Order: sequence, then C-alpha cells, then structure tokens
Amino acid sequence: MDSKWQMTIGIECHVQLATKSKLFSPADNDARNKEPNAVVHPIDYGLPGMLPLLNKQAVHLTVRAAKALNASVAEVSRFDRKHYFYPDLPMGYQITQMYHPTIGAGSVTAPLPDGSNVTVGIHHAHIESDAGKQTHYSDHTLVDLNRAGTPLIEIVSQPDMHSPAEARAFCTELYRLMTYAGVTHGDLYHGNMRFDVNISVAPAGSDELGKRAEVKNLNSFRSVEKAAEYEFKRQVALLEKGETIVQETRGWNDATQKTTSQRSKEDAQDYRYMPDPDIPPIILTIDEVQSIQSEVGMLPGEYREAFSALRLDSSVVNTLLSNKAHAETVHAVLGQSPKAAMRVANWYASVFKEDESETDSDVETGIDPTDLLELANMAEQQEVSSTAAKEIFMALASGQTGPREIARAKNLVQVSDENALGAIVDDVLADEASAKSVADIKAGNDKAIGYLVGQVMKKSKGTANPSLAQKLIRERL
Amino acid sequence: MPTISYYLGRSAQSNVEEALQAAKNASDYNALLHLTEERAVKRAAMVDAGEISGRLAGVPFVVKDNFLAFDGPTTAASRILQNFNAPVQATVVEKLEAEGAICIGKANLDSFAHGSSTENSAFGVTKNAVDPTRVAGGSSGGSAVAVKLGIVPFSLGTDTGGSIRQPASFNGVVGVKPTYGMTSRYGVVSMASSTDVMGCFALTAEDAELVIEIMAGQDSRDMTTLPDYFAPEAANAPMKIGVIRDFMTEGTDEGVRARVVDYTKQLEAKGHIVEEVSLPMAKYSLAMYYIVVPAEIASNLARYDGVRYGVRAESTTTIEELYGKSREQGFGAESKRRILIGNYVLSSGFFDAYYQKAQKARQLLINEFNELFSSYDILISPVVPTAAFGIGENTDDPMKMYLSDAMTVGVSMAGLPALSVPAGESNGMPVGVQLIANAQKDALLFDLAKSMETKQ
Repeated sequence: MDSKWQMTIGIECHVQLATKSKLFSPADNDARNKEPNAVVHPIDYGLPGMLPLLNKQAVHLTVRAAKALNASVAEVSRFDRKHYFYPDLPMGYQITQMYHPTIGAGSVTAPLPDGSNVTVGIHHAHIESDAGKQTHYSDHTLVDLNRAGTPLIEIVSQPDMHSPAEARAFCTELYRLMTYAGVTHGDLYHGNMRFDVNISVAPAGSDELGKRAEVKNLNSFRSVEKAAEYEFKRQVALLEKGETIVQETRGWNDATQKTTSQRSKEDAQDYRYMPDPDIPPIILTIDEVQSIQSEVGMLPGEYREAFSALRLDSSVVNTLLSNKAHAETVHAVLGQSPKAAMRVANWYASVFKEDESETDSDVETGIDPTDLLELANMAEQQEVSSTAAKEIFMALASGQTGPREIARAKNLVQVSDENALGAIVDDVLADEASAKSVADIKAGNDKAIGYLVGQVMKKSKGTANPSLAQKLIRERL
Repeated sequence: MPTISYYLGRSAQSNVEEALQAAKNASDYNALLHLTEERAVKRAAMVDAGEISGRLAGVPFVVKDNFLAFDGPTTAASRILQNFNAPVQATVVEKLEAEGAICIGKANLDSFAHGSSTENSAFGVTKNAVDPTRVAGGSSGGSAVAVKLGIVPFSLGTDTGGSIRQPASFNGVVGVKPTYGMTSRYGVVSMASSTDVMGCFALTAEDAELVIEIMAGQDSRDMTTLPDYFAPEAANAPMKIGVIRDFMTEGTDEGVRARVVDYTKQLEAKGHIVEEVSLPMAKYSLAMYYIVVPAEIASNLARYDGVRYGVRAESTTTIEELYGKSREQGFGAESKRRILIGNYVLSSGFFDAYYQKAQKARQLLINEFNELFSSYDILISPVVPTAAFGIGENTDDPMKMYLSDAMTVGVSMAGLPALSVPAGESNGMPVGVQLIANAQKDALLFDLAKSMETKQ
C-alpha cells in the first residue's frame, strides 16, 4: 500500500434477522424461491387502516446480537419513520430507529491473516424493516414486495479500519458473530448480510479524514476487500492529480471489479424523520436482557480460546470458525480427546475452504462427534491410512454415518495382520518383475524398496499398512 | 327520535328497511355517501332468523366513510380512494356486528377527516340537521347529521382534534371521544396516529355508553390500544367539577357561554361542587396541534401514491409524474395544505424548532391537565366558541376554520376522554358542553351525563 496515504474505513452492515415472520406483520419472512408478492400481508402492502405489529422475536434476536457485538442494550428504544417515495416502499416511509436505537456502543475484535487482530468500535445498531424489490423492463417496472418488511439490524461501525484486509476481517468476524449468536441464517447468496463500506483517504499521519465515498450493497467479504482496494487506488490517483474527492454513493461491479458513481451528496434526500406514533417504545429490563442473552451459545472468541490448546495454525482455526457447525463439532471432540480434535480440525481445514459460507447457507448440520472420535482413533491406530481417513471424513461430511462401516464398504481398512500381509509380500517378492529391485536393495540402493511397497499396495488394493509392508519386506531380504 | 331501545325486539328487517328509507328521504342533506343496502338486508334477515344475536341485534347504524367496511367503497371522502374496496373491516365495526348491529351506510366527512365542517368532502358538503343552510360541522359531519335526523340511533366517527365533539355540538346530539387507545384504530384510515380516536354519536348518553362499551377493548392488531378497562360505574359522592376559565372569555359567543353556565348551575343543583379553574397552556394547544398533527398526516398520507390501490393518474411517463399527478388529482386543497405544513415542520433544520418544540409544549399541557385532575373529577368547557356557521362562511379563511377547534384539540393532544352533550340553543342553533375526564375515566363522564339527562 502507498505509504504516503492512509485510508480509513467504516462499515455499515445490514443483517437479516432469522425470524419466522416479518418485522411488523405475520407474513412469512422466508422469501427465497417464492413467486413475486406471495408473502405479503396487508400491513406490508400499506393498505389503509393497517397498523404495524412489532415482532417480539425480532427484538429477541436483536438483544442476542448485542451480546455478540459486546454492546449495551437500551432500556428504552423507539422506532422512527424515514420518508421517501419509491415504488418498493409501500407506506412511503421505512420504519427504523433514528433517535433511540436498541443496541448501543460495542466492539468487535477480528483476526487478521498474519495472526494479529483488529479491534473495531461499534457506534450503535438499529432495527429496521427492509424494502421490496423492483425489476425494470424497457417500458415498465415490476414491484415485488416479498422482502418488504423483512427485519434487519443495521450495525454501524466506527471508522476504525485502515486496510482492505482489516475491512474483510471485520466483515468476516461480524458474519461469524451473527451466525453463532443465531441472529441470522447468514445466507450471503440471498443477501442475508449486506455491507456498505465508507472509504476515505488522507495524507499519512493526518488527523483529519478525507472526503468519503460509500460503496453500497456488497454481499461478500471478498467484494468488501476488493472494493476497498479499488477505492484506495482511485482516490489516491485523484488526490495525486490535485483533484478532490466527491462525497458520493458508489456501486460495486463484480464483473469489472470497479466501483462506479451512483448518487452524489447534492442529491441526498431529506428523509423527514419522525417518531413512529403507531409503535410503543421497546422497554427491556436488565433481567429480560440477561435472560435472552443467556441463550446465546459459545461465540467465536470463546472457541478460539478453547482451540488454543491444540496449537493449530491460525488459518486452520479461522477456516474452522467460518462454519459454526464445524467449530461446535471440533469442540465436542475436544471434550473427549484433544489429540483426536487436532486431527479433526485439520480434516475440516483441508476439506472446507475459508469463506465457503459465501455461497452456502446454514443448512449443513455437521457430523456426529462420536463418529469423528472413532475415525480419529482409527487413524491413530493405523486401522486406516491418512488418505483413507480423509476420504471417510468426506463421506461423513456428506451425510453418511459409521466410519468403520464406511471403511469396510470402501475397502479402506488397512491390512495390519502380519500373516495376511506376509502372504502378499511373498507373492510380490516371488514375482520376476521384482528381481531388479531386490538386487538393487541388496547392492545398497535402499530407495528401491519403494517399488516393492508400491507393488504390495497395488496387490492389496491399497489396504496394506505401508510401514508394516516395508518391515516385512526387509525381514525377508 | 327513537333511541336504541326502540329498535330492540322489533323485526330487524323492518328496522333496516325504515332506516334505508329515511336515508333516501334525507338525501338532500348529503349525510351519507352510499348505502350498504345489500349486506344490511342480508344481515337483518339473519338477525330475524336468530342466526345473529346480541345487545344490538337488529339496530341499524352508519359509519364514517374512513372506517373500512364491506359492501361498497371506503373513500375517506377523497378522490384518491374513490374506488377502494376494503378487503377487511375495522375492529370496532366487527365488534358492533358481533352484537347484531347492522351497518346501513357510510357517512360523509371532510376528505381524510381534514376539516371542521364537512365542506372538504370530495363528494359535496353535508348540511346541518337543524338548519340546512349551515354546516354540519366536521370532520364527522355526516355521522352526526344521520343521528340527528333519526335515520339511525347511533353512528361511528373519528375524533383527532374535535371531529366528533364539534359536529355533535353543531347538531345537538351526544358525541363521545374516548381516551386515546381505548378503541382500536385497526381498519380506520389513519389521520394522525397519536391522537386518532374512534368514537360515536347517539341521542342519549345511555345509548352512547352502550356503544362505547362494545367498541372498547385491547386489540392485538393495534399496539397502541390500552388493556381492557371500560366498565360502566356510578360515582356516588358529589363530583368536583372545574370550569375551564380560559375557554369562557370573549372569544366565545355569549350564547355559548350562557349554556355552559346553565349547565354548571344544574350540576350545582344536583349537589356537585363547581369551581373555575385555569389551563394556561390551553392557548398554545392550537399551535401545537397544527404542527404535530400535520406532521403525522403528511407521513400517514405518503402511502397514497397511485401505485398499489386507489386512483392512479393516467398517461404519465415517469414514476415521479405518476406520484405527482395521482396525488395532485387525488387529494383536496385542505389535505395538500396539511401535507405541506407537515413536511415543512419535519424537514431537516426545522424538526427541532417546530415538531420537537410542539411535543415539549404538549407535555406541559398534559402536566397541567394532570394537575387539575388531582383536584377535580371533571372539567367543563364549551365545545366550540360558536354554534354552527353558514355553509361557505369560513372556507376562504383556514385560520378562522382552525380556530373553531381551539377548545377540543388540547384534549386530543393529551389523549383524554371527553363528551359533547347537548346543552340547549344559542340563537336557535344547538350548542353543546364539553365534559372532560382524566385518562381512562371515561365511565365517569357517562355517569355524570346520564344523571343530567334523567333530570331533563
């Protein structure tokens, strides 16, 4: 990165809450794979005379989110109306929390690839309802209100990040926190978390921030990082030419890997915020908050602490943590056997790439820890080879159960019986094709034993224990 | 004029038939926008067959046309909703129907309930039931006139700043504005959410109490409804009653003041203690009302954009044009005025100076009321400074029109219950007195009003 300039990044993240129904109506909150306008209640539709009914589960999940963000919960919070006209906004206003948000200040500490951490302050997080969707055609536009009224929390960070890697790390950790706390399904493909990234550039060492551009609606950690990289270069280039940065909203084009201008500040609307008189304030006592937050299970930081005993590479830990089910499973194995847990962790890390969740949802249920413990013991006892163990692990990950049965069915059990293996070794040594290798070994070329072991493996269809095979060959020569 | 008891035990079909006939005979008054004849006749037959029963079995009524109800459109007397057919009914309509009452029509109002004379209806002015050259009052003018003319024994209205109490006074009927939150707002076209209250008109306090008792109650579809609390009760001891001095000044017609004084004398004759009290914040109530309420109006009317329902302007090419023309054609002048004021006071830079300040003033007014109710059971004032004015008399002067709300809007801002009860005449036109109680003390108002009726 150009050392003459420093960048500052603040992020707003919209998190779709995993509620059954919408924020203010009984309509189904799951709009995936539904016909347009199939899950719309008269409240979402803005029918005259309809009044919002606050979804208690949404408040509940918000209180959980506060715990994950290490943030305070307001005793009294309120809803406000944000007005603008748009066909996908049926009431002419969005219900949000402008003045008294439910979640107050907090902080998130995210691990960086180099093993260090970045700590990002949370300014606040507020509850709001989502708008619908428009599809434009050449001479008309269609409106789909399935998503209208979906509950969101918008998490607003402090401008505490100074590199694209930090921005990515923060978003990734935020994702883990929100999924671990059960706040969201975390389906990034369906936009369950969307990031607005504010980026500004100033001369290195400057106390003042530069004018910022906001890149809106990013839906992957990668695009957050790439957009920040692009914006840094773009803004530095402008500043070095002596030009000024326009405060504006920009969009990210995944195909061209560029940001483009969407709206300048001059076009900014006056939202005429007003307290919503239809919705009484949310009142949460300390006892209520504690009772709700006690339901939150282990958070990523707690897993990291638990896994530190395994002395795993930090990249292995983070890969593991990118899926809550994986972390839970390894933690369960850890309770039985740290040695087995280490093996299992490495299997997970080698099979599942980090950020895999970007294209997948939370449907994966995880593997029975008992099966994994058994598999780890089989590997430990050399009942299966390390390659075979991984193959069995993948079979378990795809939903099969019983590692021993899988090993048997796939013929992966190592032959460690000296009599049985001895017979194969005898066969191989008796083969004329082996004569040259045998001669080489006797002449002192020890490497030649590899060929013989290979033949044993081949003849045993891969089930021979290679080290035992080698031992038996040597005994016979 | 027949009260509710007249209709009970009679053939529901003849009740409905007579009411429909009376409505048609009185069409010159333009009190009703349309009749829900088909459904009314069907329901009457069901009542007579014993399929529907209840405390109001077979009793006909009308509702202001901003209540969502079946059989015909719910227009709110506006162009933009003139083709809007409600797929559901308001909670209070459902509750009355569950007791066997039969809605026979939808009553005229100032468009979206914006007004004090029913002259702002998109479908013509409603004439006063006592003198057709004068206004019915408003915004629930049609509902008041329908009761006074004897078409139905009770009707529903909405009161945001006096829209039930004022037409009740102008036509000489009882009008009830319950405590904010006692009756559900579900299924009623919103005007200002923080003061909208569903109430009724009737010929007697006794009838009005029965209707309110049925309408009242918590509704899971309206988060601002209060837990159930309304139950008729009789207060034994003599009540302490305060006459609000600030509303008995020269700004109020002499004839109106005289009727309030008469009423207080009758109260004293019954052993109640009557004293003058002052409410200094009252003089700011119009100012705070005409900031907070237009803000909520502007917000609540934002949904009428011609996109999903209601009237959409034709031959527009852009979405902005569609919005602009639909709203230009769909809203009347008074609604537009309030939308402009509302958006102005909410706009960036003015929100604190207007809206926030008005809300602070509102709290001070509430504090003053609380203080008075620590010493008094009931407060009394005129409802309106004058009797009904002539049609067209105030239409060019919005300020003068707003001034007629001066004594009712404060009660609305404070969310208090109030009755408008007939108290005689001023120059041949009816005038009412306003009885105000502390929040959730609605039953006390009925108790007092009923005791005054039996003596008359």
